[in-house]
Amino acid sequence: MTTATSSTMSTSKKPTWKRILEQREVSVFLVVLALSVFLSLASDNFLSRANINALILGLSFNAIIAVGMTVLMVSGGFDLSVGSTLALAGAVAGYAMVFWHMFWPLAALLGLAAGLLVGLANGLIVTKLGVNPLIGTLGMMSVVRGVVLLVTSGFGISNLPQEFNNIAQGKLFGIQYPVYIMIVFIIVGDVLLRRTRYFRQSYFVGGNMKSARLSGIRVNRVLIVNYILAAVMAAVGGLLLTARFGSASVSAGVGVELQVVSAVVIGGASLAGGEGTVLGSLLGITLMALIANGLNLLGINVYWQTIIIGAVLIIAVAADSLSRRNQ
Amino acid sequence: MNDKNHRVLFKAERISKAFPGVQALSDVNLDIRAGEILALVGENGAGKSTLIQILSGALAPDSGSIYLNDAEIHFNHPHEAEKAGISAVYQELSLVGNLNVAENIFAGYQPVGRLGLIDIKRMNQEAQRWLNEFSATFPATEKVGNLSMGNQQLVEIAKAMSRDAKVLILDEPTSSLTLSEAGLLFDLLRKLRERGIGILFVSHHLEEVFEISDRVTVLRDGQHVGTVHTAQSDEQEIVRMMVGRDLGDLENLHGSTEDLGDVALKVKGLSRSGKFQNINFDLRYGEILTFFGLVGAGRSEMARCIIGMDVATEGEIEIQGQKARLSHPADAMRLGMAYLSEDRKREGLYLDKTLKDNFLVTNLRKVAPGGWLNWGKLDALTEKYVDLLTIRTPSLNQKLKNLSGGNQQKVLLGMWLATEPSVLIVDEPTRGIDVGTKQEIHRRLRELAKQGKAILAISSDLPETLIISDRIAVMREGVLEGILPVAEANEERIMVLAAGITQKGDRA
Repeated sequence: MTTATSSTMSTSKKPTWKRILEQREVSVFLVVLALSVFLSLASDNFLSRANINALILGLSFNAIIAVGMTVLMVSGGFDLSVGSTLALAGAVAGYAMVFWHMFWPLAALLGLAAGLLVGLANGLIVTKLGVNPLIGTLGMMSVVRGVVLLVTSGFGISNLPQEFNNIAQGKLFGIQYPVYIMIVFIIVGDVLLRRTRYFRQSYFVGGNMKSARLSGIRVNRVLIVNYILAAVMAAVGGLLLTARFGSASVSAGVGVELQVVSAVVIGGASLAGGEGTVLGSLLGITLMALIANGLNLLGINVYWQTIIIGAVLIIAVAADSLSRRNQ
Repeated sequence: MNDKNHRVLFKAERISKAFPGVQALSDVNLDIRAGEILALVGENGAGKSTLIQILSGALAPDSGSIYLNDAEIHFNHPHEAEKAGISAVYQELSLVGNLNVAENIFAGYQPVGRLGLIDIKRMNQEAQRWLNEFSATFPATEKVGNLSMGNQQLVEIAKAMSRDAKVLILDEPTSSLTLSEAGLLFDLLRKLRERGIGILFVSHHLEEVFEISDRVTVLRDGQHVGTVHTAQSDEQEIVRMMVGRDLGDLENLHGSTEDLGDVALKVKGLSRSGKFQNINFDLRYGEILTFFGLVGAGRSEMARCIIGMDVATEGEIEIQGQKARLSHPADAMRLGMAYLSEDRKREGLYLDKTLKDNFLVTNLRKVAPGGWLNWGKLDALTEKYVDLLTIRTPSLNQKLKNLSGGNQQKVLLGMWLATEPSVLIVDEPTRGIDVGTKQEIHRRLRELAKQGKAILAISSDLPETLIISDRIAVMREGVLEGILPVAEANEERIMVLAAGITQKGDRA
């Protein structure tokens, strides 16, 4: 039988190049590459050191949040409250540093803890109360934003200690720290999701929750951990953003949830769960940042940005669903 | 049935269809006459589903022609087939549970009054007319979600008939029905036959085929093997046509007492309110204990409590003499149990994932010993069971939804056997799969028992129960009515217990 199965196995294998092209990461990467080539030809400034630096620094915050969102969406979850959580982490840390004069690493930890609590609440609302993730986290998005307004009395918190600001403003080899932090999170996140037993469970939870439970996966536990992860990553992004501007803004992160979810979906995740990779999400974030950057460089009205990004999202998902239909 | 009186109503000629890597159908012919029931049989993967999808317009053939009343027709969409008078009822019903029967029957075709508003009164009346005609016992205003599977199917058929169907295609209509529901369905089909409707009936159950059909068309490996008159044929012949060889007599696969080991699983006073009460039994290593009963007897519910999927309200479970606290299937797995659910598609397999990935989920510990996945180990493990169970797949990276039902069931068995369980619970292990694979799985279960595994089977298939078991536990309405050694069991005694006819104090 061994020979029979292995001989049938080889006959219907698709050509390797075709299978490589079918990987979402590859197709998004090719689009990113083509767009970069186009922009470097169309604008003299695109490849300038200053522009590239600004581009990468700008996307690093969303990319960090996308790591957590990817893991969550693979397991079939969804979080609309990351933008609010981002603001909360900055506000809490800022408050502790300015009004309590708390040592800045402790204040940062406090900001992360606030994120963790939001994630825990999201996880419990979705798993234990059985609220649809879209609705549950939409509610939390509003609740958390309200908490931010309460904490800051509606104003931002500035005059943060310079040591804290240095975590985003400091440079190594001329590049700001958040870029390195993003690279570490992306690599670690991608490897964990691809290669570790624990995180691999998320694909099965997202693929078929009932089967996952019967297969011995503690579905609720996985989901709660992933909600916490998404919120903590949003908090990390929030702390870095706060440090970068030297102040915690009440409106920080407004709209970030949609940018991140769009990028993760462009990168290959599905709202139904079971699919997606961190690398794909990074490419999705990069694509969106390139579009914004390119429109700026070419002097096109910024209002076009949102239109084009929306269109890209729809095209990416439509192309994917059309290619599946033809299988 | 006299052929001369029945003209050919619907005909498919030389239908071929290929999918990547498989020729699903080649040059298949089929014709349905007005006022006949044609059964379509074949093993899993023989091409039945593809054929009915083509006949109902859900799929376009690569070549071949379809004729209705001698005129060639083409469909690009199921709606067009429906308009032409060809309606299909699939296993997954298309009804909306939250809406009532009338709304479902007239979905998209509601009668409208002035102002273009739906005339609810007329809709209900017309729906009721169809229901009366089919002697339905529920009103047209009933919510579909409250109906039994059998009644939902009746609604589905009423829906087809209200659209003036001339040809009705039924895909395994009895697979989710109880025995009595199936009986009612057959009465309905006979009624429709008298009206001159042509009915195509896909089934895995040969008894049914012989009970209801006028002719039988057999497919094997995408080819039309032949069409015979049911009355002039017998099960042996049909099976031979389906499998391409004689299966031989159904051997009994009972074990011997020498195989029996210690008690693996002891269940004491297990209850779950509303589902089953006070279940007591021992399961030994080396034996197959089959729970037989009618649908709804509480057997699957009991199994789900044993593996920690649901919580029992009372009772104890001992595994190897140790009291076990199971609050999650993960606990049961750690204690060496494996559970194959009855609904492999929804609870058990990941159809959108590859064969390999399905093996990964139950064997995460094995292929990722230190927490890091080892893809080589996964490949080796998967390949081992693919070979052992002769799972037919083009590659380990094939998505499961592209495999036949029988092969999917083998994957489910394989991914659990790979966990090397000592107690195996199999719920309807051969539901919806073909005769050949069924026999293979029966033999495999006996082999596993001989290797010393304790096997608890759940089956609603009486012949199967008698073939594979060492002991048979019969449940009825949540109560364990008795456990019979197979030597003392026969169809009658079992059915008496299962149906609850207590006579002559003949309780085991």
